[in-house]
Amino acid sequence: MLIATLCKKMTRLLFLGALFVAVFAKRTFKRDQVLRINAKDDAQISLLKELSEQAHLGLDFWMEPVHESLPVDVHVPFHSLQAVRAFLAYNQIQYQVMIMDVQGLLENEEREMLKYNAFPRSTDDFVYSTYHDLKSIYSFMDMLVAENSMVSKIVIGKSYESRPLNVLKFSTGANRPGIWIDTGIHSREWVTQASGIWFAKKIVTDYRRDPVLTDILNKYDIFLEIVTNPDGFAYTHSSDRMWRKTRKPNPGSSCVGVDPNRNWDAGFGGAGSSSNPCTETYRGPSAHSEPEVKAIVDFVKSHGNLKAFVSIHSYSQMLLYPYGYKSTPAKDQAELYQLARKAVTKLWSLYNTYYRYGSIITTIYQASGGTIDWTYDQGIKYSYTFELRDTGRYGFILPANQIVPTAEETWLALMAIMEHTKNNPY
Amino acid sequence: MEVFWLLLSLSLLELSAALPGSHSTRRPTDPAPLQSQTQTMATGDLVPTHFPARRAAQVALHHLNTHHGSPFRVFGLQQVHTATAEDQVVGTAGRKYSLDFSVTDYGSSVCFRSMTNEGSVLRCSAEVLFPRTETHTHTPPEVHLRCEDLTHISSSPEELAFYQKHTAPHSAISAHDLPDSQGNISQDMQPFWHLARVAASFIMLRESSENTEYNMAQVANLTQQETSEKQLMLKYHVLLHDIVSQEIIHWKLLCSWSPEGGVSVLETEWLPKCPHDTGPPTAN
Repeated sequence: MLIATLCKKMTRLLFLGALFVAVFAKRTFKRDQVLRINAKDDAQISLLKELSEQAHLGLDFWMEPVHESLPVDVHVPFHSLQAVRAFLAYNQIQYQVMIMDVQGLLENEEREMLKYNAFPRSTDDFVYSTYHDLKSIYSFMDMLVAENSMVSKIVIGKSYESRPLNVLKFSTGANRPGIWIDTGIHSREWVTQASGIWFAKKIVTDYRRDPVLTDILNKYDIFLEIVTNPDGFAYTHSSDRMWRKTRKPNPGSSCVGVDPNRNWDAGFGGAGSSSNPCTETYRGPSAHSEPEVKAIVDFVKSHGNLKAFVSIHSYSQMLLYPYGYKSTPAKDQAELYQLARKAVTKLWSLYNTYYRYGSIITTIYQASGGTIDWTYDQGIKYSYTFELRDTGRYGFILPANQIVPTAEETWLALMAIMEHTKNNPY
Repeated sequence: MEVFWLLLSLSLLELSAALPGSHSTRRPTDPAPLQSQTQTMATGDLVPTHFPARRAAQVALHHLNTHHGSPFRVFGLQQVHTATAEDQVVGTAGRKYSLDFSVTDYGSSVCFRSMTNEGSVLRCSAEVLFPRTETHTHTPPEVHLRCEDLTHISSSPEELAFYQKHTAPHSAISAHDLPDSQGNISQDMQPFWHLARVAASFIMLRESSENTEYNMAQVANLTQQETSEKQLMLKYHVLLHDIVSQEIIHWKLLCSWSPEGGVSVLETEWLPKCPHDTGPPTAN
């Protein structure tokens, strides 16, 4: 009886050995499967234990054979599949295929991880076609600085919740006039911060490759503040995707935050902003009361030589110039109009995206205490505001696959503005 | 001051007449404190790309969607070609806009998402009247609209298939955050998103004035409702965005749809964002 059992066992093992040759191939998981085996009795469990001892099969038990009441999960390399299945069939051990192709699953997971949980090692690794959180964007900035000697990071201040206000400086020489670009002053306008990241990479990529940009950078510094309202941005990730303002509490009110684009000292307090802290266009207790705004004001004043200032928002697909707080046309209205038309035509040339352009007050609405009204009155002639894609279909929650096309087309408009600035020094 | 407005609003509750068979619960009639509009609205020929023409066109769009929208048909403004405005004194007093514009249907096409202009383009003309009232009550705008090729629009096979699938006995669809924070929305859920946009158009149309410009920002959630009628019935919580005030306004609504009957909105309810919120931003 015992000999018979032993012989049977031997046969099974020989069967296995004979059926299969160990091939130690490169470690890939292509066409590997994961089987879920349901042993019906103790004898089958013993067999499975023996199977697990066949090292040449390269089996990886995710759930070891323990008891017939528990499933046994095993990752079977492709080269052992036929042997293992034959073994199971011969011994009438029931099983199902849990994972058809381990490699496929890993690749999907890797794709997902890269998309949303990226730990890029360089800005070439960074995924531009997805939305990132604050930590990821700040780490991008540090990587960009580390990779490029022409880029440095300036901390112009701290937000209300003490987050650093980081500005990237692109510079090829000292004592140059400057061009300023900011994105994300309104935190829910996610395509703007995402575009800012893309612009940063574009600048370092195109320097010394694109003659126009190279010429601009040989005469001007570019300052880029990607997350102009980091407290609000963090809040859009943690709590409310539709948050617009800063996160500073308002004394005497349960409502938080000030609209940073109504807080500037240009027509401050006039029509086109609100005195109610619970509204989205609340101007704040006084001009420049918000640290996020004050930091830029201080920077602009101390720099003293900025020649263009572009503040980027979404959505509506517009390119706007001053004024927002009054209907008096800007004294450079004619030139600003022509340049806007040129920039918008360049933008449209890429993907047929249609932009409207004009002064803020005529094109979108009256708005007081706005950024570019202040910068214009400081003497920065080429002061513009963009409203990026789209026109309301997705609005603030623009699909991530539109980030790069939006950034690409907007860049053409920015280049038009920067080039004109360079060609028309004042 | 705020208490005064609250008391006033509580005493002026009214049923909305604009929505067929609708009941609005707690719909305050006075505006939330809003920036005062010191600009006088232009009269005569309007610049088509500037906001007065655009806001009026958007109102015409809301009207168009209430009549012709479906889970597979949603119209968006492409461009205003010409626009004029005049004061109307005969009949309903107010400002009347005459518009010539193009719209695009983004409900049916499989998107090429990098393109901003997708779907077929229709040419329309409309008169939009924003009534001027003596009191602080808001009166919805009146729209007369003509679009080419509208009569040729009929139920598509996709619409019929969608209708059959979801009016089958055990259909119980529910979802939240359409699109999600990243702008993602699955193919399966898009018709529900479109339907929300169409249903929300009833509200946006009713709430519009010369000082608002509405879009639907997001669907917070939706739940299919059981019904004995051969209708797709859904409860929605939608977020509307008003470009002028920049406010996000929450509304709950109950709507029904069938291919032959189109979209109807049966109930709407405004959800205040904070306890002392006095009303949606329908400024006069």
